[in-house]
Amino acid sequence: MKTLQYFLLLAFLGILVGTVIHLPPRGDIDSPVHQTVNPAGTLVAGTYYIQHAYKDTKTPNMVVAVLADYRAYDTLGEVVIVFVGGIACFFILNLRRRKP
Amino acid sequence: MSDKPLTEKIPRYCKGTGMMAPTDSPIVHIACRGISPFIFLIGLYVFFHGHYSPGGGFQGGVLMAATILLLRLSLGTGLSQVVMPASITLRLSAVGVLIFAGTGVITMIFGGDFLDYHFLPLPWLDPAYLRYYGILLIEVGVVLTVMTTLIAIYDDLLGY
Repeated sequence: MKTLQYFLLLAFLGILVGTVIHLPPRGDIDSPVHQTVNPAGTLVAGTYYIQHAYKDTKTPNMVVAVLADYRAYDTLGEVVIVFVGGIACFFILNLRRRKP
Repeated sequence: MSDKPLTEKIPRYCKGTGMMAPTDSPIVHIACRGISPFIFLIGLYVFFHGHYSPGGGFQGGVLMAATILLLRLSLGTGLSQVVMPASITLRLSAVGVLIFAGTGVITMIFGGDFLDYHFLPLPWLDPAYLRYYGILLIEVGVVLTVMTTLIAIYDDLLGY
């Protein structure tokens, strides 16, 4: 059973390494994420945010506009994770609760 | 301020437990009590200035939690209950999550998608500023949750 786990981990490591070495180099101007239009002919998401973020939200900090408006659902997940972490600490650490 | 020493204001159930302050030195107490409001102010600045500069709910919340934890460390858990009682930390944390999710539900009730601030019921605002204040509203929830959860974890680690 232990060997199977190690083989599984090795397989995942191989998938990760195989994916990472095929990423375009950093700052490559020809990579797909740095184009303004994708092969389908529509705007890439990054281009859309850069062009519309200030007009849509009047927020000069584009990171906040993406984090809390365009991707607010993701931030909701982060907040719930923080809350669940607090709840988990409460229940695990208070198993033998001292009475005041 | 009465002439009794500071540590006599601790509730009776704290006597002889870890809730007492680790030190009775007035220099440490007054320095920490003096500096913590200013750290809280910086936390508020980081939070409210998140629209214009690096910052936002998570960072501001951590700074605000640091002020309360500074009081917890210097004055002891018992004396710093006045500032933030250990019994309400996790409840406030849940309130923060509810503010965040409730904003989304309100926009759903008023005809939009979940967390689509365009449909917030504030008709006197421009649509762009509606989104501006929607972002601020959910950041309030983030700040409450992050700040109170950190304090709650500290209290749980000490066993209170």
